[in-house]
Amino acid sequence: MIKIENLHASIEGTEILRGINLEIKAGEVHAIMGPNGSGKSTLASVLAGRDEYEVTEGSVNFLGEDLLELEPEDRARAGVFLAFQYPVEIPGVSNINFLKTAINEIREKRGQDPLSAKDFLQQVKEKSALVELDGKLKNRSVNEGFSGGEKKRNEIFQMAMLEPKFSILDETDSGLDIDALRVVADGVNKLKTKDNATLVITHYQRLLDYIVPDFVHVLYKGRIVKTGDKNLALELEEKGYDWIKDDAGVTA
Amino acid sequence: MASEEELLEEITSSEYKYGFVTNIESDKAPKGLNEDIIRFISAKKNEPEWLLEYRLKAFRNWEKMEEPDWAHVNYPKPDFQDLHYYSAPKKKKELESLDEVDPELLETFEKLGISLDEQKRLTGVAVDAVIDSVSVKTTFKDKLAELGIIFCSFSEAVQEHPELVKKYLGTVVPPGDNFYAALNSAVFTDGSFCYIPKGVRCPMELSTYFRINEANTGQFERTLVIADESSYVSYLEGCTAPMRDENQLHAAVVELVALDNAEIKYSTIQNWYPGNKEGKGGIYNFVTKRGLCMENSKISWTQVETGSAVTWKYPSCVLKGDNSVGEFYSVAVTSKHQQADTGSKMIHLGKNTKSTIISKGISAMQANNSYRGLVHISKNATNSRNFTQCDSLLMGNNCGAHTFPYIEVKNKSSQVEHEATTSKIGEDQIFYCKQRGMDEETAINLIVNGYVKEVLNQLPMEFAVEAQKLLEISLEGSVG
Repeated sequence: MIKIENLHASIEGTEILRGINLEIKAGEVHAIMGPNGSGKSTLASVLAGRDEYEVTEGSVNFLGEDLLELEPEDRARAGVFLAFQYPVEIPGVSNINFLKTAINEIREKRGQDPLSAKDFLQQVKEKSALVELDGKLKNRSVNEGFSGGEKKRNEIFQMAMLEPKFSILDETDSGLDIDALRVVADGVNKLKTKDNATLVITHYQRLLDYIVPDFVHVLYKGRIVKTGDKNLALELEEKGYDWIKDDAGVTA
Repeated sequence: MASEEELLEEITSSEYKYGFVTNIESDKAPKGLNEDIIRFISAKKNEPEWLLEYRLKAFRNWEKMEEPDWAHVNYPKPDFQDLHYYSAPKKKKELESLDEVDPELLETFEKLGISLDEQKRLTGVAVDAVIDSVSVKTTFKDKLAELGIIFCSFSEAVQEHPELVKKYLGTVVPPGDNFYAALNSAVFTDGSFCYIPKGVRCPMELSTYFRINEANTGQFERTLVIADESSYVSYLEGCTAPMRDENQLHAAVVELVALDNAEIKYSTIQNWYPGNKEGKGGIYNFVTKRGLCMENSKISWTQVETGSAVTWKYPSCVLKGDNSVGEFYSVAVTSKHQQADTGSKMIHLGKNTKSTIISKGISAMQANNSYRGLVHISKNATNSRNFTQCDSLLMGNNCGAHTFPYIEVKNKSSQVEHEATTSKIGEDQIFYCKQRGMDEETAINLIVNGYVKEVLNQLPMEFAVEAQKLLEISLEGSVG
C-alpha cells in the first residue's frame, strides 16, 4: 500500500528524518516506537504533507502514486488519514458540519454525488457508537472544550466516517486513561479490514496491548534501527530504549 | 442544521461577481451642489414647500461644516462640486406587472440572483427595488396595505403620506447632525419609507435592494421606518454595485422610530465594489443610521459589511424609553486595500435599558478594520446594562485590526461589560481541515463562518445565505 524509501526530511535546516525505509501492505498494522525526539511525529507530519517540513531526499509511493507530489488535501482524498496528536479546535463550526463538509468535498473530487442528509446521519449514528462518542459532542464546535479523551475519540470517529485506506495514529494514546485507551483501541480494531492499513505511533507499549501490531519498528535519530513483531514492544517496555541506542551507536 | 450545511456547500466563483453595468437611460442634474440644484431636485420630485425648506436648511448647515477626519481611514477627499446629485431612470409609463418592467433591468436582477419574479413567488419577500435613486417597482404593496402597512419609496411617501413624513423626518438624525447626514438631508433623492400601524405584526420581511448604477452619481438614500405602538417589523437592506473606476460616494441616512412596545429588526448586507487589488476605485460609504427607542421597545441592527473601499458607519440606538433594548450585531470584512471604521453607539437615557454589541471584524491582505463604539449611560438611566464583545480575526501579516471603545457611565447602578479578542486564522486549523480532504478555500470559509456564526444567526435565513456567499467571495484568495 505504502512504500517509503530513504526518506530524509528537515525543518528549518535541521535534519530530522535520515533515511527511513518502510513498507506497509494492505491489512497490516505497524507500530513505530522510539524515544522522544527520534522523529516519530515528524514522520507522521511529512506523510500528511505539513509544509513546515522539507523533504530533501527519498520517495513515498502510495498506491502507485508519488505521495510527496500531492497537496495535503489530495493525500486525504487519496485515502491518507492522520489522527492528530493535538487535535485542533475550530470555534463555531459544529463537529457534524465539519465532517459533512469534508466528506462531500472528497466525494465531489471523486466525482460522486454528495451524501444525502439521511445517509449521512445514519453513518454518524453507526460510527459514533463505534467509539462511544457522546451524542452531545456531535453538535458541539470541533474539539472546542473537549477533554483530552474526547478529542482523541473524536479523531477516531472522524477516521471511521472518512474510511481511509491508510491511517496514521500519532500518539493517540497520549493523555488517555485506561478506559479511554480501550475504547479508542477498540474503535481502531473494528475499523481494521484486509484492505486498509494502520501505522500506530506511540511512545509506550500499553496501546499495543489493545491494538496488536504485525510489525514493530524502533525509530532512533531519524532512522528505523530495529524491526520485530509485538514482542519487540514488550522487550522495549522491559528494558527501555537504552540498549537500542547502544546498538544503534555501534552500527551507525 | 441541514440548511447551514447546504449553505456551506454552495461555493461560488471568484472576482467581483456583481461587476456589470446596466444601460438604462438616465436623466441627470448637472454636476455641482448649490441651492439651485437643491431646488431642481425638489421640483423634479414635486415636493411640498416644507421639504424644500428642510433641504435648504440642511444645506446651509452643511456649508458651515467640515468633513470629519477622526476616523481611522485614509482616502482622497471627494470633490463635492464634481458630482451629479440627481439622476433618474426615464419613466416610460406606470407599470402594472413585472412583464412591463424594462427587460434589461429584469436581467440585472437575474444576475444578482434576486429576480423580483422569484422573490414574489417563492419567498414572500416584498421588494422595493431602488435603481439609481428612483424606485422602479414595488411589490406586495397591496397585500401590506390590507394591514395598514405602508411600504413605499420615500418620494411616494412624501406625496401620499406627507403628515407622517413631516412628523418623523429628522427626528432621529437631525439635518445638522453630522457632515454627511447634513449633506444627505440636503440632496437625498429617494429611499424607502415604512410605517407599521399600532398593534400590527408585519407578516413578511420587508426588503430593499439598493444599486448604484450610474457613473459619477452620488447616492443619497433616505430611509425612514416607523413602528407604531406594539408593532413589529423585520426590514432587510442589501446592495451590490457594478465595477467602476471612479470613486462613488454614498452617504445614506436611516432613521428608525420604535414607539412604545414596538420592535424593529433591521438587517443589512453591504457589498459595494471595494476597489481592485491595488485599491483603485471602490465606493465610499459614509452612513448615518440611528434608531430611537421609546418605552419597552426594541431595535436590533444586524449588518454584514463586505464591500466599499472606505466604510464609516455606526448604527446606533437612543434608548430613550424605560426598559427599552438596543442590539447591534456586526460582521465587517475588509480585504485588499479596504478600510472600515465601524461600530455602534448605544445611548442609554431611560431606566432599566439594555444594550448588546457583538462586533466581528475580519481583516485580510492589506486591509484595516477598526471598531469604534460608544456606550453612554446617562445619570437617569439607572439599572441599565450593556454587554459589548468585539472580536477581530486577522488573515495574513499585512492587515490591521483596531479597537476604539468609549464608555461613559454617569450612574452607579448600571453595569457595563466589555470583552475584546484578536486572533489570527491558524495554519494549524487550515492544515487540520486540509488533512480531512478540504481545500484551502473551503477550510477558510468554514473557519470564518464559525467565527461569524453568532451574527449570521441573527439574520433571516435567505439573507444569511446571501451573507455567507458574500463572505466567501470577499475572502477568496486572501490567504496563502
